[in-house]
Amino acid sequence: MEKTIETNRKTNGQYDPLITHPYTVKRVINETHDTFTLHLGPTNGRNTIFPFTAGQFNMLYMYGIGEIPISISGDPSKPEQLVHTTRAVGTVTKAMRGLKKGHSIGVRGPYGNGWPLDNLEGKDVVFIAGGIGLAPLRSAMYQVLANRDSYGKVVLLYGTRTPIDILFRKELERWKSRFDLDVYVTVDRAIGTWRGYVGVVTILVSRAPYDPRNTVALVCGPEVMMRFSIMELKKRGVKSEHIYLSMERNMKCGVGHCGHCQLGPTFVCKDGPVYRYDEIDYLLDIREV
Amino acid sequence: MENLESILKQHPFFEGLLDKHIEFIVGCASNARFKTGEFLFREGQEANHFYLIREGTVNLEIYSPQKGAITIQTLDEGEIVGWSWIISPYQWRFDARSVDMTRLIALDGKCLRDKCNEDPELGFELLKRFSPIIEQRLVATKIQLLDLYGKDD
Ligand SMILES: Cc1cc2nc3c(=O)[nH]c(=O)nc-3n(C[C@H](O)[C@H](O)[C@H](O)COP(=O)(O)OP(=O)(O)OC[C@H]3O[C@@H](n4cnc5c(N)ncnc54)[C@H](O)[C@@H]3O)c2cc1C
Ligand code: FES
Repeated sequence: MEKTIETNRKTNGQYDPLITHPYTVKRVINETHDTFTLHLGPTNGRNTIFPFTAGQFNMLYMYGIGEIPISISGDPSKPEQLVHTTRAVGTVTKAMRGLKKGHSIGVRGPYGNGWPLDNLEGKDVVFIAGGIGLAPLRSAMYQVLANRDSYGKVVLLYGTRTPIDILFRKELERWKSRFDLDVYVTVDRAIGTWRGYVGVVTILVSRAPYDPRNTVALVCGPEVMMRFSIMELKKRGVKSEHIYLSMERNMKCGVGHCGHCQLGPTFVCKDGPVYRYDEIDYLLDIREV
Repeated sequence: MENLESILKQHPFFEGLLDKHIEFIVGCASNARFKTGEFLFREGQEANHFYLIREGTVNLEIYSPQKGAITIQTLDEGEIVGWSWIISPYQWRFDARSVDMTRLIALDGKCLRDKCNEDPELGFELLKRFSPIIEQRLVATKIQLLDLYGKDD
């Protein structure tokens, strides 16, 4: 059967970004004690496929509970597999953790701009992820690895709380064993038999093998971690205009209508979530209202 | 010594030092090697050295009778281990343990301390180089304390 590619942006020829499509959970992967990955497929029998750019997000709706933005953590070259990785922190995400294969969830999107991977040819690419921030960066990793020859060094620096909080373990191990990739995983606190790095991810930024003059850095994690990582990148000589970060703000509409996600003169849902650092550096200290 | 001199001269930590100072430092330097699990130094001992890691990895640890050895930071190739030799009362604050077979350059802090007292210019140069390391580790500790990836990040 031929697939109909529907970007979810048009209904009867009219732009309607607010339509939620029912999706069915095809697979649940428990990544850690509080983080899980959902593989989703359209419920209505039609092949509603979301072509997406690495770094974009969807609004996921738990019926009767609420709707939240979650980045797409899957492979952009396989848009038929809609994949989201979520950490259970509150009302909606905790309810989402209870989803099982065959359960239903609403999806609209994809929204936002994504990582600027097309312009990075020949450059060293440094991914800096903190905690759940690895999820939105995983899509970008897939894309970069699919076109590995187009880039210089590819380095992934990933920091998380403890060894039991490490996401995508098998994938990280696979990536670590590649000769064309430098993967460093560090934990803030070592427990058990951990024999890897201990210390915050910002320290790895200062010592990882990349050429700061020819590097583009993609950063995603808690804002404090991003601020300190950027400081270290700049100390090494990476220019502000070569640093991109993914911002989070509370969201409602996801399409630039309600103003909920305002960051200075921008809306994170529409102008972000990925920003070039020199364009928002003056906004990084702005507290959410 | 030739070898040590060129290694030290090329290391970013010593970049920009006067030749006479490098020469003196080389005179205080020696090669060192620690086996897997061996301690470079232990908390409370007199701090009379610092190290430059050439190969291998070193963990800084705190020992707690309840929890055993807790690693607080991993140091890697090219990094400097230890600044207690330059700060009174010259006592190690942590244990430092070799994670795997580690090759280092050991610098005699006692001899450097005496020289720094005689030659404040060298003293200032070394303090200038150690203070960013101290600052970086202080910031790292603060970030660790924030527990960024915990429930309330
Ligand atoms: C563009 C974008 C992409 C995102 N991508 C992902 C993703 O891929 N995976 C993922 O797990 N999350 C992601 N988030 C965060 C996610 O949207 C929130 O965790 C979610 O909205 C929380 O909803 P809740 O109802 O479960 O929590 P609430 O009940 O609203 O909040 C409960 C508790 O969780 C805390 N909390 C709320 N939001 C966050 C947050 N962002 N981070 C940490 N703690 C929070 C609150 O402070 C509160 O203490 C993304 C957010 C944005 C804006
Ligand atoms: S969420 Fe409504 S404007 Fe961004």
